Amino acid sequence: MDFPSFYMDHLAGGRLIIGLIASLHVLINHPLAVGAYPLLTWMEWWAHKNNRPDIDQLAYKITFIVFIVTTTVGAMTGVGIWLSTSLFAPFAIGSLLRVFFWGWFAEWLVFISEVGLILWWFLTWKKANTPEKKRKHIKIGVALSIMSWLTMALIVAVLGFMMKPGEWNQTRAFWDAMTNPLYAPQLGFRTFIALMMGAVFVWFATFFFTKSKRGYEQGTGPRQLRNWVVYRMSHVVLVSLLGTYLFGTWYWSAIPETMKANSSVALLTQEFMSWHGQFQSLLGWTILVFAFIGLGGLGSSFLIPRWALLIPSLMGIWLLGHFERAREFMRKPWVIGEYMYSNGVHKDELAFLQSEGLLKHATYAKHREVTEENKVECGKDVFMLACSRCHSTTGLNGVIEKFTAMYGADKDWDSGGMALFIQGMHQTRTFMPPFPGNDKEAEALVAFIQQVRATRESLPGAQSTGVVVAPPPAPPAMTASSQP
Amino acid sequence: MTMIPLLATTPISRDLPLPLPLPEGVLIVLLVIFFLVHILFVNLMVGGSVLVTFFEWLGRKDARWDRLAAAIGRTITVNKSLAVVMGIGPLLCINLVYTMQWYSANTLTGHAWLMIVPLVIVAFLLTYLHKYKWEPWSHGGWKSLHQLVGLASTLLLLFIPLIFLANVNLMLFPGEWEKVRGFFSSLSIGNVLPRYLHFIAASLAMTGLFLAGWFGREGYEIESTPGFTRPELRRIFYKVAAYVTLAQFVFGPLLMFTLPAAGITTQLYVIIVSGALVGLLTLWLLFRELKASDERIGRSYVLICVLFSFVVLGMGSGRHVYRQAALAPHQAEIKERTARYAAVLAEFNKNRAAAPPAEQTPEQLFMNCAACHAPNVKLVGPPLTEIAQIYAGNPDGIVAWAKAPGKKRPELPQMPPMIHLGEANLRKIAELMLEKGKAAQ
Repeated sequence: MDFPSFYMDHLAGGRLIIGLIASLHVLINHPLAVGAYPLLTWMEWWAHKNNRPDIDQLAYKITFIVFIVTTTVGAMTGVGIWLSTSLFAPFAIGSLLRVFFWGWFAEWLVFISEVGLILWWFLTWKKANTPEKKRKHIKIGVALSIMSWLTMALIVAVLGFMMKPGEWNQTRAFWDAMTNPLYAPQLGFRTFIALMMGAVFVWFATFFFTKSKRGYEQGTGPRQLRNWVVYRMSHVVLVSLLGTYLFGTWYWSAIPETMKANSSVALLTQEFMSWHGQFQSLLGWTILVFAFIGLGGLGSSFLIPRWALLIPSLMGIWLLGHFERAREFMRKPWVIGEYMYSNGVHKDELAFLQSEGLLKHATYAKHREVTEENKVECGKDVFMLACSRCHSTTGLNGVIEKFTAMYGADKDWDSGGMALFIQGMHQTRTFMPPFPGNDKEAEALVAFIQQVRATRESLPGAQSTGVVVAPPPAPPAMTASSQP
Repeated sequence: MTMIPLLATTPISRDLPLPLPLPEGVLIVLLVIFFLVHILFVNLMVGGSVLVTFFEWLGRKDARWDRLAAAIGRTITVNKSLAVVMGIGPLLCINLVYTMQWYSANTLTGHAWLMIVPLVIVAFLLTYLHKYKWEPWSHGGWKSLHQLVGLASTLLLLFIPLIFLANVNLMLFPGEWEKVRGFFSSLSIGNVLPRYLHFIAASLAMTGLFLAGWFGREGYEIESTPGFTRPELRRIFYKVAAYVTLAQFVFGPLLMFTLPAAGITTQLYVIIVSGALVGLLTLWLLFRELKASDERIGRSYVLICVLFSFVVLGMGSGRHVYRQAALAPHQAEIKERTARYAAVLAEFNKNRAAAPPAEQTPEQLFMNCAACHAPNVKLVGPPLTEIAQIYAGNPDGIVAWAKAPGKKRPELPQMPPMIHLGEANLRKIAELMLEKGKAAQ
C-alpha cells in the first residue's frame, strides 16, 4: 500500500521469480557449499595423510568447479532472493529486517567469513607445498565447511521465526526460532540431503577428470582413482541416506502438528494434505534411488554409468523443491504469522480498512472514493493493492482462471455473487487473506475483473508505467512549512 | 534548518509500524562505514577491469604489458567477491534507515534492479573465463576472443553500478517519482551522470593507488611481470592515481554544482571543501612521489593512503549529509502521517473492542453462501429452489452436509466445508435457505 507495486502480469505478479532464484540458490548451496566442501576437505586430508598427490589433484580440480559456481551463481542468487523480495514484498522484507536485524547481521558476518575462507582455501591450495603448510591449509578447509553449515543453520532459523506466528511479535526473541519444533528436523534433513547430493556431485565430477586409461595395468592410473572415489562416496551416500530418511520422517510427522497448532483455522486445507502425502512418497522414492546408486557404487565404479548419477540428483532437487514449498503452505495467508497478511495488510488494520476503505488510506491510488464513473479504475488499484502480490489477471494464478473454474468459461459471471465471494472467500479458502476493503471496493474490483475478462488487456506494473500519487486524504496533510 | 516545502505530487507514505532495531544515529554511522568498505572493493573491481582491458590491448604490441594485465586480473576475482559480500551490510542499513524511499526507488527501476542478479553472474563468469583462459587463449584468433571476453565483462561491470547509482539518486527525490517510467527515465532525474563520472574516476584512482602498493610491496614476485622493475610499477600506478585525482577536481565540482538544491547546506560545503583540501594535499604528495628517485619512491605510500582515506571519508559523509538534508522534509511528513494513522487506527480498534459483538442475522449469515447459491439460477452450486426440494422439512440435513460436504454433481466444483460458522449459525442459515428456496419456486 505504501510502496509502488512492482508487478509482472504473467508470472503470478512476479512471485515466481523469487521462487526460481531461491530454488536455484538452494540447489547450489546445499550440494556444493554444505555438502561438497567437507567431502573435498576430507579428500585433501586423506591424500596428505597417505601421500597420494593424485587424490589431492583431483580434489583441487573439483574444488575449482565448486569455487567458480558458488562464488558466482551461488553468491548472487543468495543476494538475489533479497533483491527480488525487495521488489515484490518490500513491506514484508522491510518488517522482517527490523525485527530480525541481529539474525540477518549474524548471517552476514558468517557469510563474510565463508567467502573469505573459500577464497583463501582455493587460491592458496597450490602454494601449500610443505607438510606444515598443507596441515594449515586443511584446517582452512575445515573452517570453511563449518562456516558453510553455520550459514545454513542460521538462515533456517531466520526462516523458522518467520513461520512461528503469534510469538515473535510479543517476545521478539531471536532464540525463539531455535525452539521451533520444526527447526531441528529441518536442519538435520537439509544437512544430510546436502551431504548425499554433495557426494553424488563429487562422484559425478570425478568421471570428467579420470577418463584416461593410462597406467591402468600398473594399478596407478586415473581409473583406479575413480574406483577410490566411487567406493568412498557410496559410503557417504548410504550413511547420509539414513540421516535424510530419519530427519525427513521426523519433519514429515512434526509438520501437521505445528500446522494445526499455528493455523488460524483448525482445518488442514486439501492443498496441504496433498502436499504432505506427496512429500512422503517423494522422500521414499528419493531414498530408494540413492540407495540403489550407493549400493551399486560399493560393488564397482563401472556398474553405475555417468548418466545414471543424474537421476538421484534430479530426485534430490525435486524433493528439495517440494520441501521448500512447505514454507508457503505453512505461512499462508500470512507473510509474517499473525502479524501481516501476504498482501501487506496488518492484522490490526484489517477491520479498519474494511470499514473505511482501502483506497482512502493508500499512498498510490488514482481515486479515494469509488463512484460509478471511476469504478474500473478504482478496481484496478484495489487489485494492485489487495491481490497482485499473488495473482495475475489473465496469466499464471490469474483471477480470470480462478473465476472461470467457479463460474464457467461460456457463461456470464454474476457480479453480485462475485463481490460476495470476494468478501467471504477467506472463510472457505483459508490460505487467502481476507479482502481488506469496503463493499464498494469489492464491487469495483469485480468491475475491473469483468473488464479484464472482456478485453484480456494485461496490467503493467509501476516499473513500466510509473505511479500515481493519491490526492491528499481528508483530513488534509499538514504542510511542511507548519513543521517546526 | 529550513525545510523546502514538498511538492503536491510527493507521495507521503506510512512507515512500517515497527521500531528500528538500533538507534537511527548508530545505523547511519554503520551505513556510511559499511558503504565505504563496500565501495572500496567495487572501485578496485571496476577500476581493475578497465586497466586490465587497456593493458591487455597494449600487450598486443609489447608482451610485458600483457603479463602486467594478467597480474592485475588475478586481483579482480578476489575483489569482486568481497565487493558482493561487503555490499550486504550497507544494503541492510539503508533498508532500515530509508525504508520508504529505498524500496520505492527499487520498484520504480524494477526491471533493471532485478537484472542486477543475472548481469552480475554473467560478468563474474566472464571474469573467471578471462582469468583462467589467459594462457590457453594466448595466440592468434584466440587472443582476440580473450580480449573480447575481458571487454565484455568490463562493460558489464561498468554498467551495473549505474543501476545502483540510479537508485541511490532516485530515492532522494520523491517529488519526482511520478515522472519515472522505468530505469532509463530515472536517469534524467537529479544528477546521475555527473555522479557516475565521479564514481568511475574514483575507481581508477583507487585502483591506481592500490596497485602501486600491491606491486610495490616487498613480497611481490617481480618475476611474474618481466620487463618491469618494482619502482617502475610503482610509478605507473602512482601516475594513474595522480592524474585521475587531478581530473576529480573537474568531476567533483561538476557533481557538486549539478546537485539539485534540495539537500544543499552549509554543512555540506564545509565537509566537501575540507575533503577537497585534503585531496589537494594528497595530490601534492603523489606528484612529489612521481618525481622521486627509484630508491625513494614509495616512501610516502602509507601517508598517502591515510590522507586518501580521509578524503574518501569526507566524500562519503558529505554524500550522507546531502541525503539527510534532501530527505528531511519527506521523512518528517512520513513520520507525521504514520503517527496520525496509528492514532486513528488505535481509536477505531478501541471503539471496536468496546462495542459488544453484534449477533449476525440469518440474512447476514447467508452472505457466506450467496456467492455460490442464488435463489433460482445455478451459479457455482445448485440454486435454493433445488436445495429446498431436496431438503424440504430437513434443515439438519443441510447442516450436516455443510459441515462435511461430499461431491454429488460431477459438473460442479466440490463445496468447501463451512464448519467454521458453527452449528447454531448453520442451522439458522439452513432454515433461511429453505424459506427462500420455497419462496422462489
